[in-house]
Amino acid sequence: MCLAIPAKITELLESDRATANVGGVNHDISLSLVENVAVGDYVIVHVGFALSKIDPEEAAKTLALFDEYHAAGARAIADKAAEGDA
Amino acid sequence: MKYIDEFRDSGLAQKLAAAIKNEAQGARPAAQPFRFMEFCGGHTHAIFRFGLPDLLPPEIKMIHGPGCPVCVLPMAKIDAAIQLAQRYPLTLCTYGDMMRVPGGQRLSLLKAKAAGADVRMVLSPHDAVMLAKDNPSREVVFFAIGFETTTPPTAVIVKQAQALGLKNFSVFCNHVLTPPALKWLLEASAEGADGVPPSDGFVGPSHVSAIIGTRPYEIAATAYGKPVVITGFEPLDVLQAILMLVRQVKAGRAVVENEYARAVTAEGNVKAQALMAEVFDLRDTFEWRGLGWIPHSALKLKDAYGAFDAEKRFALEPSTAKENPACQCPAILRGAKSPEECKLFGTVCTPENPIGACMVSSEGGCAACYSYGRRKDE
Amino acid sequence: MTQRFERSLDIKNGRVDMTHGSGGRAMAQLIDQLFAKAFDNPALAEGNDQARLAIPAAGRLAFSTDSYVISPLFFAGGDIGSLAVHGTVNDVALSGAKPLWLSAGFILEEGFPLADLERIVTSMAKAAQECGVQIVTGDTKVVEKGKADGVFINTAGVGLIAEGVDLSVHNIRAGDAIIVSGTLGDHGVAVMAQREGLVFDEPVLSDSAALNGLIDNMIKSGVAIHALRDPTRGGLATSLNEMARAAGVGMRLNEAAIPVRASVRGVCEILGLDPLYIANEGKLIAFCPVAQAQTLLTAMKGHEHGREAAIIGEVVEDDHAFVEMTTTLGGQRMVDWLAGEQLPRIC
Repeated sequence: MCLAIPAKITELLESDRATANVGGVNHDISLSLVENVAVGDYVIVHVGFALSKIDPEEAAKTLALFDEYHAAGARAIADKAAEGDA
Repeated sequence: MKYIDEFRDSGLAQKLAAAIKNEAQGARPAAQPFRFMEFCGGHTHAIFRFGLPDLLPPEIKMIHGPGCPVCVLPMAKIDAAIQLAQRYPLTLCTYGDMMRVPGGQRLSLLKAKAAGADVRMVLSPHDAVMLAKDNPSREVVFFAIGFETTTPPTAVIVKQAQALGLKNFSVFCNHVLTPPALKWLLEASAEGADGVPPSDGFVGPSHVSAIIGTRPYEIAATAYGKPVVITGFEPLDVLQAILMLVRQVKAGRAVVENEYARAVTAEGNVKAQALMAEVFDLRDTFEWRGLGWIPHSALKLKDAYGAFDAEKRFALEPSTAKENPACQCPAILRGAKSPEECKLFGTVCTPENPIGACMVSSEGGCAACYSYGRRKDE
Repeated sequence: MTQRFERSLDIKNGRVDMTHGSGGRAMAQLIDQLFAKAFDNPALAEGNDQARLAIPAAGRLAFSTDSYVISPLFFAGGDIGSLAVHGTVNDVALSGAKPLWLSAGFILEEGFPLADLERIVTSMAKAAQECGVQIVTGDTKVVEKGKADGVFINTAGVGLIAEGVDLSVHNIRAGDAIIVSGTLGDHGVAVMAQREGLVFDEPVLSDSAALNGLIDNMIKSGVAIHALRDPTRGGLATSLNEMARAAGVGMRLNEAAIPVRASVRGVCEILGLDPLYIANEGKLIAFCPVAQAQTLLTAMKGHEHGREAAIIGEVVEDDHAFVEMTTTLGGQRMVDWLAGEQLPRIC
């Protein structure tokens, strides 16, 4: 449920509104539901409203996690293969 | 596109898929796969759109849950919206998702529009309130639907309408809440009631959680012993959540984990929560398609905002429409049946000619299954 | 010609009124001073109720018609006038024909500014000249205000198919490569973005273009092209499904190979749409044996309207005539027909 996409804030406008950019496409959104958003921040946008700020550190951590699991998975597969050889 | 493309990386997806396979292989007998329910329609859509079932080993079975706001809205509510648009001289604004959902007598808002009703699609509730502001002599009603993600924007526009002193704007409020539905599912699943299958854990909502935080899901872990992993709608997020769920189950753990920490915090969006609390009251009970009447599972406007409540401003006759008894939407929404088990699926009921809401919404299990999932050998 | 004792058309400030469609002097004036002037050619200049045309060479005729209704009338990269020429020229040319003549029928709404009409007619004339066709016959009707949306245009086109050229959906067979001539969704997204108030960092233009030059290059490459189709309404997905059903074959696509601009993807993410279902007005899909696909691709890339051409999949045997796709993540999924209209969604 709830199609919402990450968008970069490119300009702050009057009355709690801002311009948000997705893939080079700009549209007006409302910042009424978030606080301390600055130009350059990424927010999750749903029905024209920013719902939350994206935490870049957490995003990086999650991406690193994918690779880490991969490394663990690959090791386990290699181990199994080694067992098979033995 | 930042924060989208990285989470759709095919190389990482293959690696994650290998890790899942490695983790799940041989962990369960073939007849007893890991059964995880993705609560959200957004996850259902992502799973089909990216062809994720092909990346998962046979030990993992995904059950599609009720988290599609379009699908869970009972027919009577669609009829009420159609009635509003047809009986009164007003402009009914709604999201594109609602336009084709069948009400009684095979009518829909799209068909009502074709017959002359003034129904307009909006991308944001902000557009509805602006329409009212720009056309003071025209009555404008916003047909509000959706879970906690979609609710705070409605709260904002109600307050905005009040601040602007609008006399021609109201909201037909049909916002519903996730935790009561989750609790209903946990109970039914534990008791095997209503055909709800047992599940080993839940893929938790993405953007609902951005608002309500991770705490409301604790009950699944503490009272029902089911792990929950809150995760994003991108395919790598979904795969990662599945991997985390398998690991929890194998370790005999049941906790709430947050894979979507880049957008979701434990406490959620406190500002949005406060706005919701300010504008809305709990309804005593609300009907969900598939789950029936659930106490305290939906919202209405507070009396203080009664001037903006379409239910107070316009008299509506209760709908007498009956759902097609052969339509299995209700069972599909609670995970009791798969779309292919419905006799109407792909024969009488197709996206061009939908009988049930699950065939309309792109998040609906039937539409996703029909548009993306059919295979010639099935 | 001697003085006609009439005021010339006030194109700058005038508006279409009911007399412009009533068959009287006002209508004759509109036709003379606007349409005939812009579309000028010998067949039209004869001033008959029909164009009399000599068939230039032996072969078969290709004949097609299409009506154009679009809001907004003027959009980034084109307007209803150029679109009405390109669309019908393409429908004719996709048979392998050389497009020769067009008809143009106008349905005008009372009150429509003559200046806008002139802009549209001039744009049509320019488009026709660029792709080498003549607008040889036409018609004008005026309807009351509120009964139309500014202007509707119908064009029909005739072209000549040279001996030996045989492009048809029924020639498609298992083992054919599926090639698209460029990025998908540009037209639909350019129009939609204008309607929804979305602003691009770098403008997305409609891809509205006449494809007869590109098709000419493709035929000259000597490759055994089996069929061509332009993925207009319903987009690539719907066109492929239509063709798969007509030819009784299945199609297998590779999502990663399908060219889509980042900004088109952006709009699709914002509105919850799928670029595979969005209209194109200057793109084609080609089918030829896989072994010759590279040769055809090279010929296409040599033309300005085929620079971003790509091989996106293959035709297979399949009694269900399903179109399936390997997703960017390596999974499989159906690519179904468009169901109803693609509406922006929030969930």
